[in-house]
Amino acid sequence: MIFQKIQRILLILSFVAMAGSAFSISFFGLNLGIDFTGGSLLEAEYTKTRPAVEEIQKTLKGVDLGSLSVQHMGDNGVILRMKDISNETHQQVLSLLGNEALELRFESIGPVIGKELREKTLLLAGLAMLIVVLYIAFSFRRTAERIYPWHWSGAALVASFHDIILSLGVFALLGRYVGVEVTIPVVVALLTVVGYSINDTVVVFDRIRENIFKHVGFDLTDTVQQALRQTWFRSLSTSLTTLAVLLSVYLFGGATLKEFAFMLMIGISVGTFSSLFLAPSLLLVWRKEMFRS
Amino acid sequence: MVMTSRKKALLILFFVFLGGALSASFIFPQYVKVPGIPNTPFKLGLDLQGGVHLVYEADLETIPKYDRDDAMQGLRDVIERRVNFFGVAEPIIQLQGDGEARRLIVELAGIENPTQAILLIGQTPYLEFKEYKENYVEIITANQEVEAAGEGEFQNPFQATPLTGRYLDRAEIGIDNVTQQPLIILQFDEEGSVLFEELTTKNIGMPLAIFLDGVLLQAPTVNDAISGGRAQITGGFSVKEAQRISRELNSGALPVPITLLSQQSVGATLGAQSLQKSLIAGLLGLSLVLVFMVLVYRIPGIVAGIALVLYALFLLSLFKLIPITLTLAGIGGAILSLGIAVDANILIFARMREELRDGKSFGSALEEGFSRAWPAIRDGNITTLVVALVLFWFGSSFVKGFALTLSLGILVSLFSAIFVTKSMLRLFIDTKISKILWLFR
Repeated sequence: MIFQKIQRILLILSFVAMAGSAFSISFFGLNLGIDFTGGSLLEAEYTKTRPAVEEIQKTLKGVDLGSLSVQHMGDNGVILRMKDISNETHQQVLSLLGNEALELRFESIGPVIGKELREKTLLLAGLAMLIVVLYIAFSFRRTAERIYPWHWSGAALVASFHDIILSLGVFALLGRYVGVEVTIPVVVALLTVVGYSINDTVVVFDRIRENIFKHVGFDLTDTVQQALRQTWFRSLSTSLTTLAVLLSVYLFGGATLKEFAFMLMIGISVGTFSSLFLAPSLLLVWRKEMFRS
Repeated sequence: MVMTSRKKALLILFFVFLGGALSASFIFPQYVKVPGIPNTPFKLGLDLQGGVHLVYEADLETIPKYDRDDAMQGLRDVIERRVNFFGVAEPIIQLQGDGEARRLIVELAGIENPTQAILLIGQTPYLEFKEYKENYVEIITANQEVEAAGEGEFQNPFQATPLTGRYLDRAEIGIDNVTQQPLIILQFDEEGSVLFEELTTKNIGMPLAIFLDGVLLQAPTVNDAISGGRAQITGGFSVKEAQRISRELNSGALPVPITLLSQQSVGATLGAQSLQKSLIAGLLGLSLVLVFMVLVYRIPGIVAGIALVLYALFLLSLFKLIPITLTLAGIGGAILSLGIAVDANILIFARMREELRDGKSFGSALEEGFSRAWPAIRDGNITTLVVALVLFWFGSSFVKGFALTLSLGILVSLFSAIFVTKSMLRLFIDTKISKILWLFR
């Protein structure tokens, strides 16, 4: 009984979290990186003393760079973000920064490419989800007498929607206050989260399926709860090992992979939650067994 | 029965460990030497060895549709000639897209000065021949009025013709007999000669303008139709200028104009740093997983650890063998697949534990654990693979590298969980250790 109560509370909690994230995304907006908006990024390292942010801003005042943002990075590094600039302007910026600044990396993305990527990403996410839903419905088709195949895939779909919206909500919040950007690596991480979290959900579902066939439990609610008792340890173990690996990428993997690893860590954490508490509960809600008692 | 299953396990393990040893020597030839194993380096991407990635858009407006594939192919060849000039080991020049939007992607690894490369690629002259528009008389009158009034805008009386640098066979420098000024002699190819003859026939008594990179060089008046495809430009050049222009025209007048859409360049220092950092991250990740597995699952954990090390060896030698160009994203995918690889083992061990707690013997718990865990492993990994495949189809190089190593990692991890872990655990069947159940559950 207590178990069921906790399950109900967690289900409501995850819907509240989704609403909160939706609010965070619409209120703060996503801080899209130059991959998606077009623009230029220049990372440089100073061989001697690094000037203050304001000083660099002042040095580059004469050049038309759109809205220039200067950010310190590591001990001696600095990252400049500006509009999509030409090769000549790039040279001008470098000569103004002086000989002590060594250019480590420079990216300049035209607005056309940015727009294309935005559209392509949405299409891609939709396609990946659709295929996964079809596969799950197919793979779980034989349980039709207890749970309809599209209930399985529907629940998995809502769970991965939950993971996406929560992760994006966190990124919107961090983008607003810490300047974290949504770049291509972050989007790739998000799509991986979808794959990973569905993988996790499928493992739990697989146990429920097996229990249904073996007639474990008095009713569906009990069957599902048994499956959760049997799988929670494995879910946590796998998530913890993956999080440990990601943590080492986050701490030691270099600047390009930092946001990528961070998005995966958030996504896998909420994904583990949704696989254990959201997706199975939805199966029960749709069978009207969750709120019956 | 038991003996044969043990023999089978030993046989599998013999080959797996042999493969592992060969892989180790293939990956680290400096530490593990086996005669006959070739010394192949890893293929590193631009972000790990430094280099520049450029995306150009081709303007195909003046090229008829059926000719666009050829024009792009020609563009590719010309850029390739230009790029070879830098002495880059393996430049990558790719065409992308069809129909309206056509792109050219240039990747130069390990070059010292990306800016110079961009300048040299972009600066290749674009040669055009233009003729008067039909209403040129009005335009010229209007221009004269503008000049007289000192205000207003000049209009261009010229319009594009099909004849451009793509039909140029070669250019050479000559000296004008009369003025002793240097001049540039152009020789068109067959198609170009026909076009040039048509143009000159059509424009007898009219000027034909020669533009280089959009700048009017000269607009000589056509006296006669010219066959044979030879033309001269006398633009008041110095000898040096004439030499430079003819050399650039020879090394490749671009068949179509291009504009730089995006550029990404990574310095060699940052590349080396990233490589070192991601190796540390990978090693640390691997050891964290090993410690976790041994603490939580004891003997099966150790077995899974050995399987995981073998998995890493196989994966790395596949990277060399195929070969896969390693990028930061690719390494990210490989490290992530480490976390997923261990999942198959965890699923199996979790099931084994349950069976052992139900009082089953070690041998049957092992077999049951594997067969019960299989549907979950299969369905779970297929969904992740599907997402990886969709990502691969996405096209951007960061994403592709990630998806490729992730999918490879998943496949190798399935192999290592099913063959390696299972065979090693089978060796414990009917041994004294297998009676000490706490070691396994």
